[in-house]
Amino acid sequence: MTNGWVDIKNADVILAMGGNAAENHPVGFKWFLEAKKTRGAKLVVVDPRFTRTASVADLYAPIRPGTDIAFLNGLIRYAIEKKRYHEDYVRLHTNGPYVVGEKYAFNEGLFSGFDEAKKEYAKDNWAYQGDPKTTSYELDPTMENPRCVFQLLKAHVDRYTPEMVARICGTPKETFEKVAEIVTSTGVPEKAGTITYALGWTQHSTGVQMIRAGAVLQLLLGNVGRPGGGMNAFRGHSNIQGATDTAGTFEILPGYLKTPTGQLATLQAYYENAVPTTMNKQAWATMNYWTNYPKFMVSLLKATWGKAATKDNDWGYEWLPKVDGNYSWMYIFDDMYRGSSTRVGGKEPGPEGFITFGMNPVGLGPNSKKMVAALSKLKWLVVVENVETETARFWNAPKEYGGADPSKIQTEVFLLPAASFAEKDGTFTNSARWLQWKWKALDPPGQSKADQEILARTFLAVRDLYKKEGGALPDPILNLSWSYPNPVNPDLGEVLKEMSGKALADIPDPKDTAKVLKTAGQQLDGFGQLQDDGTTMCGNWLHSGVYTEAGNNAQRRSTADPTGLGMFHNWAFSWPANRRIMYNRASADADGKPWDPKRPGIAWNGEKWVGDVPDMKPDAPPGTFGAFIMLPEGVARLYAPSLNDGPFPEHYEAIEAAIVNPLHPKVTSNPASKRFSSDKDIYGKKEDFPIVCTTYRLTEHFHYWTQHQHKGTLNQLQPGFFVELPEGLAKEKGIANGSQVKVISARGEIQGVAMVTRRLQQLTIDGKPAWQIGFPIHWGFAGDPNHTGPLANTLTPSAMDPNTWTPEYKAFLVRVEKA
Amino acid sequence: MSVQQNLEIRRSSGAVWGSLSGMRSVPTVSKYIDTTTCIGCKACEAACIEWNDLRHIATEQTGTYQTLPTLHAEYWNLIRFNERDFDGGLAWLMRKDQCMHCEEPGCLTACPAPGAIVQYANGIVDVNPDQCIGCRYCETGCPFDVPRFHQTTGKMAKCTLCVDRVSVGLEPACIKACPTGCLQFGTKDDMVALGLRRVDQLKGNGFTHATLYNPEGVHGTGVVTVLAHGDHPEWYDLPADPHVPLLVKFWKSILRPLGGIAIFGAVIGAFAHYTRFGPREVKGADATPERNLPEA
Repeated sequence: MTNGWVDIKNADVILAMGGNAAENHPVGFKWFLEAKKTRGAKLVVVDPRFTRTASVADLYAPIRPGTDIAFLNGLIRYAIEKKRYHEDYVRLHTNGPYVVGEKYAFNEGLFSGFDEAKKEYAKDNWAYQGDPKTTSYELDPTMENPRCVFQLLKAHVDRYTPEMVARICGTPKETFEKVAEIVTSTGVPEKAGTITYALGWTQHSTGVQMIRAGAVLQLLLGNVGRPGGGMNAFRGHSNIQGATDTAGTFEILPGYLKTPTGQLATLQAYYENAVPTTMNKQAWATMNYWTNYPKFMVSLLKATWGKAATKDNDWGYEWLPKVDGNYSWMYIFDDMYRGSSTRVGGKEPGPEGFITFGMNPVGLGPNSKKMVAALSKLKWLVVVENVETETARFWNAPKEYGGADPSKIQTEVFLLPAASFAEKDGTFTNSARWLQWKWKALDPPGQSKADQEILARTFLAVRDLYKKEGGALPDPILNLSWSYPNPVNPDLGEVLKEMSGKALADIPDPKDTAKVLKTAGQQLDGFGQLQDDGTTMCGNWLHSGVYTEAGNNAQRRSTADPTGLGMFHNWAFSWPANRRIMYNRASADADGKPWDPKRPGIAWNGEKWVGDVPDMKPDAPPGTFGAFIMLPEGVARLYAPSLNDGPFPEHYEAIEAAIVNPLHPKVTSNPASKRFSSDKDIYGKKEDFPIVCTTYRLTEHFHYWTQHQHKGTLNQLQPGFFVELPEGLAKEKGIANGSQVKVISARGEIQGVAMVTRRLQQLTIDGKPAWQIGFPIHWGFAGDPNHTGPLANTLTPSAMDPNTWTPEYKAFLVRVEKA
Repeated sequence: MSVQQNLEIRRSSGAVWGSLSGMRSVPTVSKYIDTTTCIGCKACEAACIEWNDLRHIATEQTGTYQTLPTLHAEYWNLIRFNERDFDGGLAWLMRKDQCMHCEEPGCLTACPAPGAIVQYANGIVDVNPDQCIGCRYCETGCPFDVPRFHQTTGKMAKCTLCVDRVSVGLEPACIKACPTGCLQFGTKDDMVALGLRRVDQLKGNGFTHATLYNPEGVHGTGVVTVLAHGDHPEWYDLPADPHVPLLVKFWKSILRPLGGIAIFGAVIGAFAHYTRFGPREVKGADATPERNLPEA
């Protein structure tokens, strides 16, 4: 979230789309209701199903799964056409006035620079006007230049008329216009609106662009950086945000630093690739905060290798693993299944072993049969879990999920019992970026151990082997800093201290070098004190400040709220720098006056910025720097030349397309999206599978755990798998409520109880009546025998977004039969 | 209620007259349910099961989000889900169903067992299993179809409004668990005021029939419910105009006192007979008629 849970209470309009917060985030959802009750806020829900969130909404609009970009581009068009956007904000805080280079074009569904063979774009075609070496960005403050971003955006969305939105999304034109009226009502300084979303946007082959479209709309309406505004992603688990911040995926190091590639042999070469350069030579300069990258990087390397990291050895840079291909887990499983892996420098065998920590790929991966088949090619599999998941039991998966004769499977499986969340202390980082300490409630049962102990013991055993036997590259292991008082079970408070960072030598005060800012050994106050000369260490610059000399700030629980806006600066710690609203400089105008004096994010008082922790140099007067300090332009991007599938969001059909794209029939689906080509990666056609299907979760269940609870309350509350079907479709197929129904995709079939409902309805898509159905994902073949159920992902395709490689769980094609 | 609560009793079953001693001034308490901000998350269901140590009962998916078709002796709190067409669109209504703790409790009225159902001075209506004789008359008396007969214990069971919590100053478990604040607990006056404010807000938002459900027919309930569609309480599975059934009232207010009078009359009659005619005398040791049979 750019803002936070509590801040939703400050919104005048809440657009809930691509997420069902009442279902999946019922506790945080109270702030939606607070906004409704105390401010009279309007809650607008756009969703394929009439959800729990929709049940308390002011307006509900149905939409066909996977068509959110068409809807959002329709809203953008409406805002521009009816002049319902916040023009001053757009001119000041976005790249609307920036002129784009001549090479940018969009024709027949393709942006310029598409390589048909590689299915990739050459992004340099989308650069701004101007030569980075010699000139500055070219701006037109009137935003009338036909090549400026604002005009290009206007031209790009011109096709998304309410009629086109209705044709693609199935949303009735009148309903769409009602939504547009409410949502664009916040395009004035005295109003603020928020957009909330979750996996209903991310899990598409166009997922990142859906979120982009939401961001573009919010920027046009002047809602980013402001209390009651923002782009607010709800994370799917209690600590997913923390995992992502701490290198949750292969392409990032802690704090979203980039994982180096093999071509970048030295730290200098790495910096040249990772640190953005700016062409900004305007009066209003850019801070381009990533120029501090070396400070974050060197401090991370010092945290990793301690004294062994020296200036002479590039702080141990060469010991960092270098990426030579795609290691996202979808690719790992494809390699595993095919037994071969394409890497820089050629092909190599697929992985022979796999360690999975708190992750159940057989349950949650798309195309379950491929997941099961892939695991059976391994020599060994280690599952660290608190229950025996489908992954741990993949070897006896039933046939319908791709199971084979267990005697033919040679994979050796180790199940290490792990403590659950309540059986260990540590932090949860929530969607609002708050690192909140939690205390252990009870001891883990039997021999199960906390994750850090399992990791520590594994590491120490591996290090012993390297010590005894040497090896190809022992240095990164032997030199790893491991100075915890209890090395086999590090105290997580100690780890948090390490992540927050400390001084390794006396740090002089830059304002008065006679003074010392921090003496050696002291915890740092925040990332502003990090150094690139090896005198500081910090495991994650973004989390810096969570553990200071004042103590563990994640444990703070003050309910004092001097801002009156629910910022609670002394409750836990919010990265970055305990800031509650990111980009909050954009909450004020050119002079530093809040757009809405009743809801100030920050304000310039003549000497400094006051309010929230400023997303700006605290004493830099208005006009010194642009509001978006992390971007080289210094302003937010309506046009994002950095994404892999285009600088503007464009509607493409899902990989399994329900219709031919009416906008450009030759390019129906996202041309840059990724899919696999093994014999198990089968994609269905609309002629065989005419119904659009989506998947989701239920409030009563936690992922694939609840089914393991013997006679548990939660299984009582939501006893089993079901398929939600619209009444008309059920009637057509002769399916009665509560009877058995079969759902079939190109990859498999599952069976369950039909829930016949009016909450799903027939939509008119491209002039023809069309059905949508959906089902929840929580079941599988492992767990308490009374509570097992179909493995939903047997049906989902392994198609992916080209920026994140997130699978398309939310829109695929099926057929429905009476069982 | 299996443990005697340290609460004054206002009214008790099996007693002809109320038993309020009036020693203490206690405000009537009430739950507040705002169906317009309820998301049907069932946290209240889980909290009810756990606080009251209700036994696990098997449930099955029958094509609805609703946990069970109705309340159960081991399931005192149930969100009812209903889909209704409204204003060209859909309303998906969720209402928390449980004992309404009526000001005039039909169950108590119907109950013949002394002290089996009591109404405390704070308005909570509670079952005392020690006194319950399992006759199931309370089922007939309740206009909301709440009391349930427990097959194993042979006693009646229903929501106690967590009287064990309330009597020590805590809110009921369901209220505490509610994540959205659609459930509140307090004095009846405060909850009614809160409800009326919310109703006004809903009317302002175009729900012209919004209402606070607190039916007069039972002299109000200890659970006040905000309904957006107040003209259609049946959409929420609520009776439009609940009353204690006439027969039950008749039994309580006429037949039972009459019965009492009849019994009392019989006693008076016996006494009068005694005073008038004295004890029945046995004349002589062999005067027993059986022994005095005339000889054949």
